[in-house]
Amino acid sequence: MHLQYTDKQNRFRGEVRDWLAAHVPREPLVSFDTAEGFEQHRAWERTLHSGRFSMVTWPVELGGRGCDLIEWLIFEEEYWRAQAPLRVNQNGIFLLGPTLMDFGTDEQKARFLPRMAAGDDIWAQGWSEPNAGSDMAAIKTSAVREGDFYVVNGQKTWSSRAVWADWLFGLFRSDPASQRHHGLTFLLLPLNSPGVTVRPIRHLNGETGFAEVFFDNVKVPVNNRIAEEGAGWHVAMATAGFERGLMLRSPARFQATAAALVALYQRNRAKADRDPSIRNAVLRAWMDAEAYTLSTYSTASRLGAGGSIGPESSTNKIFWSELDLRMHDTAMRILGPEAELLPEVREPGVAGHWLTGFLHSQAGTIYAGANEIQRNIIAERMLGMPRS
Amino acid sequence: MHFHFTDEQREFGEAMSSFFMREVTPEFTRELWGTPTGRSAAMWARVAEQGLLGMSVPQAFGGLGFGDNAWSLMTQVCGYYAVPDGVFETAWLAASLIDSLEPGSPLQAQWLPRIAAGTARVAVAHPVNPLVVDAHLADLLLLPHEGEVHALHREDVRVSRRLSVDASRRLYQVDWTPSRATRIADAELGTRLWAEALNRGALAVAGQMNGLTQRIIDLSVDYSAQRKQFGKPLGSFQAVKHLIANVAVELEFAKPVAYRACYAQAQGDIRRDVHVSHAKLVAAQAARLACRNGIQVHGAMGYTWEMDLQIFAKRVWALDATWGEDAFHLVRAADHVFHSEAPLGPGYTFSN
Repeated sequence: MHLQYTDKQNRFRGEVRDWLAAHVPREPLVSFDTAEGFEQHRAWERTLHSGRFSMVTWPVELGGRGCDLIEWLIFEEEYWRAQAPLRVNQNGIFLLGPTLMDFGTDEQKARFLPRMAAGDDIWAQGWSEPNAGSDMAAIKTSAVREGDFYVVNGQKTWSSRAVWADWLFGLFRSDPASQRHHGLTFLLLPLNSPGVTVRPIRHLNGETGFAEVFFDNVKVPVNNRIAEEGAGWHVAMATAGFERGLMLRSPARFQATAAALVALYQRNRAKADRDPSIRNAVLRAWMDAEAYTLSTYSTASRLGAGGSIGPESSTNKIFWSELDLRMHDTAMRILGPEAELLPEVREPGVAGHWLTGFLHSQAGTIYAGANEIQRNIIAERMLGMPRS
Repeated sequence: MHFHFTDEQREFGEAMSSFFMREVTPEFTRELWGTPTGRSAAMWARVAEQGLLGMSVPQAFGGLGFGDNAWSLMTQVCGYYAVPDGVFETAWLAASLIDSLEPGSPLQAQWLPRIAAGTARVAVAHPVNPLVVDAHLADLLLLPHEGEVHALHREDVRVSRRLSVDASRRLYQVDWTPSRATRIADAELGTRLWAEALNRGALAVAGQMNGLTQRIIDLSVDYSAQRKQFGKPLGSFQAVKHLIANVAVELEFAKPVAYRACYAQAQGDIRRDVHVSHAKLVAAQAARLACRNGIQVHGAMGYTWEMDLQIFAKRVWALDATWGEDAFHLVRAADHVFHSEAPLGPGYTFSN
């Protein structure tokens, strides 16, 4: 137990801070779930890449800096502190990237990772289907082998970023006779392939953050398959582990929200203190964001010492998603009658970004595996309780 | 930055865990409930043999000289087996307080070797706790008076017992008269010593709470696997699974807070008070949920004297408001978050 940064870590923090101060756009970008905002965010990914900051944990030859997980946490802290733009390629860099490192061939790594790091390819995910949500093993979209290709037919849904993304990764049934998690294969395909139709779905906030994707005899080369045919479930579970575990939601994001919530409360104290439960909720938010940070440092430290991430990653996903809900709920209660006003309303007392965050927080307990599924995983795999 | 325990620390924790599993069984705990003192002199001697009582005693006085950080895991282990909490008053709080007196204080040579050897018990009174744990068996009592620290022998105080919901807890009202002869630290030093004792007491409770929560999870998982209803084990029902999973989530995020707080206390970190309060608040919250959901999972059996669950649940309820109740620790946390100039956002979790 030694909870102090090394000189090297402090120097790295300083370098990140200086670089971000010089490069983070002064005006906030338009939401990446719009055509204009998507390209603004792609340009920001290119800027990050030019400073070798797009994915600091990746090896140098792939555009990264070979940082360990503690340095990654430091990078994230500086990133959120600088209020830098959201990462439009999070499906790629945080989920597919680590999966390719573990399961991809050298040729695949060389083909996909540098372009991903540079923002040249923005990735969408293709897990869910209309009848395979929480029950992901019910996937039906087929990928039938014909010579050097898989021919894909069927439909994916809730594909984040698919409206404007370049590529999609996902899970497909390659053995038509197979059941459940057998006979599934992990494939990568360009969204401009002939036979692909993307139909946008509007979020609660009116933007098109996700989409349905239809496949009509789409030909996918065999060298776009990750790992062996039929090994898709295993690969997908590893990807989902990254998603629920360390990478998708770094603690700095919630610490930034908690600090903003404290500031919001301080600015509106006279109004907020009429409800005595608000002050406690604000205090709890700060403590919980700290607890999530400490837990993540502890996991990163354990992984750095050769440990592995297990089913406890499901506790992370529950903790941050419910913390995010509580924080935004508290902000709405502080804002009172102004809370319902959209960000476009530019008047004193209106802080519409809290409303945007509040709407977004409603999804956190659902995506990346609904929290009920996470609780089953905790009970069965972490605590050893009997399956239903 | 290393946020994990060394192999050595883990092995010591595991060794103590095997020891308590054999020695402090629920049957043994129930047996002691019925005895006049509630304590076993033979057990105290065996605990001393393991080295536990010397953890905060410097090597020069026959201890291990580990310091505060070593109690991170050990408090959790003791909580898991519901070891009576007086062990921390003697071995951690009193040993540290006596060690922090002015160098050369005769009390150090007199008491520290005896604490490590298991031949002296020391009770610690504190203004936040109206009653004193294990005062009836104390060879020495450390008592507060207007910020000063006074040390009295058992025969120089009057004690009268107060019954606790947890029959393992032996609580006493202590009546005594301060004098110049009994004073071992003036108000200036004493105020600092009492503040550190309070932090250590709160950390001891937080660690025990985390161990107790894990024990209640384990008991509930076992029971829900054995008990069948509707032709299936109780634990296969999703509603039952989620009751226990919710406790596991809270525990997972309470433990690292306690580890960081113990580290901050060991380092004398300027923010140790808020870290300690945070640790106690979340450990207590998780433990209260463990009791509630644990009893629910056990059904009517959870409300019986027969079930061992009561040993652990009652310890949680009894310890909950000791060394500062929630209100006390919420005020300390709020002072940091709402009143200090300290930055709160990302990048300020650790002092550097």
